[in-house]
Amino acid sequence: MAIVIERHRHIIDYTLSSLLRRKGKNGALLLVYTMIVFILASVLFFTHALKREAALVLKDAPEIIVQHTLTGRYQTIPVAWGDRIGKINGVIAVRPRLWGYHYDTLLLANYTLMVPAENPPEPGSIDLGSGISRTHGANSGDMIAFVGHDGVPRMFTIRNILDSESQLLTSDLILLSEKDYRDFSGIAPDQATDLTLRVRNPREYATIAEKITRMYPDTRPIMRSEIQRTYDAVFGWRSGLMIVIFSAAALAFVIFAWDKATGLSAEERKEIGILKAIGWETSDILLMKFWEGTAISLTAFLLGIIFAYAHVFFTSSALFAPVLKGWSTLYPTFRLTPFIEFGQVATLFFLTGVPYTITTIVPSWRAATIDPDSVMR
Amino acid sequence: MAPRCSTLFLGSTAGLALTLGGIFLHASGEVRASRPVFARKAALARQLELTDLCLFTEASYTRHPSMTDPSTPFQDAPMSLEHFPSGGLVGPPPHLVSTHGHRD
Repeated sequence: MAIVIERHRHIIDYTLSSLLRRKGKNGALLLVYTMIVFILASVLFFTHALKREAALVLKDAPEIIVQHTLTGRYQTIPVAWGDRIGKINGVIAVRPRLWGYHYDTLLLANYTLMVPAENPPEPGSIDLGSGISRTHGANSGDMIAFVGHDGVPRMFTIRNILDSESQLLTSDLILLSEKDYRDFSGIAPDQATDLTLRVRNPREYATIAEKITRMYPDTRPIMRSEIQRTYDAVFGWRSGLMIVIFSAAALAFVIFAWDKATGLSAEERKEIGILKAIGWETSDILLMKFWEGTAISLTAFLLGIIFAYAHVFFTSSALFAPVLKGWSTLYPTFRLTPFIEFGQVATLFFLTGVPYTITTIVPSWRAATIDPDSVMR
Repeated sequence: MAPRCSTLFLGSTAGLALTLGGIFLHASGEVRASRPVFARKAALARQLELTDLCLFTEASYTRHPSMTDPSTPFQDAPMSLEHFPSGGLVGPPPHLVSTHGHRD
C-alpha cells in the first residue's frame, strides 16, 4: 500500500513540476476555470436559496385567488361574485382582497398598497415596509403624504414600520385601512382587486377552479400550488438569467474541451516521448495526465464553490446586485439563508470537473500508445 | 529542505475540502437557526395574504409574477415587448402556460 501511495506521490511531484514549467498558461487556465465554477455555483446557490425561501414563506398563501379579466387584462372584480363562489362545495370562505400599486413620482419608486386581512391600521394611519421607510427617512409616528388617484395628496400617520427581517416580503408594502384604500385608489365600494378563497381539501383546488371558470368565464383562478411553483419556474434553468449564464459556461467548456481534444502541443508530445524512452509505461503517463487534470479541475472546483458560497451568503450576492436591481429604485436588502444540498455540489462537480479530466486523458492516451521515437522526431 | 510538491498539493486540497465540509456545517447550522424566522415570515404572509417575494419592484409582472396576466409583459400592444431589465431575468410563471377548464 505504502509503495502505491509513494508511486502516486512521485507522479504528482513530477506532474506539478511539469505544470509549473508552464505556469503562465496553467495559471490562466486555473483562473478562468475557477471563475466559471464560481459563476455557475453563485447562480445555483442564489436561485436555489430564493426558491426554498419562497416555498417556506408562501406555503400558507391563499388556496385560490380569483381574478377578473377584461380583454386579457385584469380588472376589479364585483364583491357580489364572492357570494356565489362561496356556495361552491368545498369553499370555506371567500374574502375580497384590496391591493394595487402606487408610483411615487418624487422618488421614482413603485409601492404596493394593500389592505391586510387581519389587524388593519385605523383610518388615517398606515404601516410601512422597511424599504419605503429607508428611502423616505420616515419612522413610526411620522406623517407622510402620498398623492391619490385624483391628484390630491393624503396625509397618513405611520403606525408601524414592518420588521426588516421580512424585507424580502414586505419592503415595498404600504398597509392601510379599507376606507383609506378605497378613497386613495378610487375603487368603487362594490368592487375588489381579487377574491381569495379558503378551501378545505387541497385535492379539490382544480375542481373548484374549473367550476369558477364555468360560472364566470371571464375570471382566472390562480391556485396555491401555482403560486408555489412560480418561483421554481421563474428561476428555473430556462429563465433568462440561468440560460445566459449556462450558455456562456457551456461555451467556455466547449472551448476547453476542443483545446484538449484536438491534441497535445508539440512540447507535450515530446515530453511524453522522452518519458516513454526513459522507461515510463503507458499507464504511468495516463496516471500523470489524470493527476494533471485532477490538480487543475479539483482546485478550480473547490476554490469556485468556496468563493461562490462567500459571495452569495456573506456579501448578499454583491456581484449580482446591479443586474437584479434593474430599474428598481426600491430594492430589499436581504441575506439569504444558505440552503445548499450535497446533490447540487456533486452535480456541479460532475458537470465541470469530470469532463475536463477526461478530455485531458484521452489525447494523452493516443500520444502515449505510439512509438516514442516517432513522437520525439 | 523544501516540502515536496505533492505534500503541498495534497495538503492544500485537503484544506480546501475541509473548508467545503465546513460550508455544509455552517449552512445546516444557519438553516436550523432560521426556522423561527421562517415561521414568523410565513405567519406574516398568511396574515397579509401575500403571494410573492418583493424582489423586483420595477414592473407589476416582476413584483407579483404569480399574479401576472398573459398580456402584461407585452405592455400595451402585441409587438410592444417588455422592456424592464428584470423581465429578462425571470421566466414565465406556470399559470400562464396552463388553463383551468374550458375557457376558449
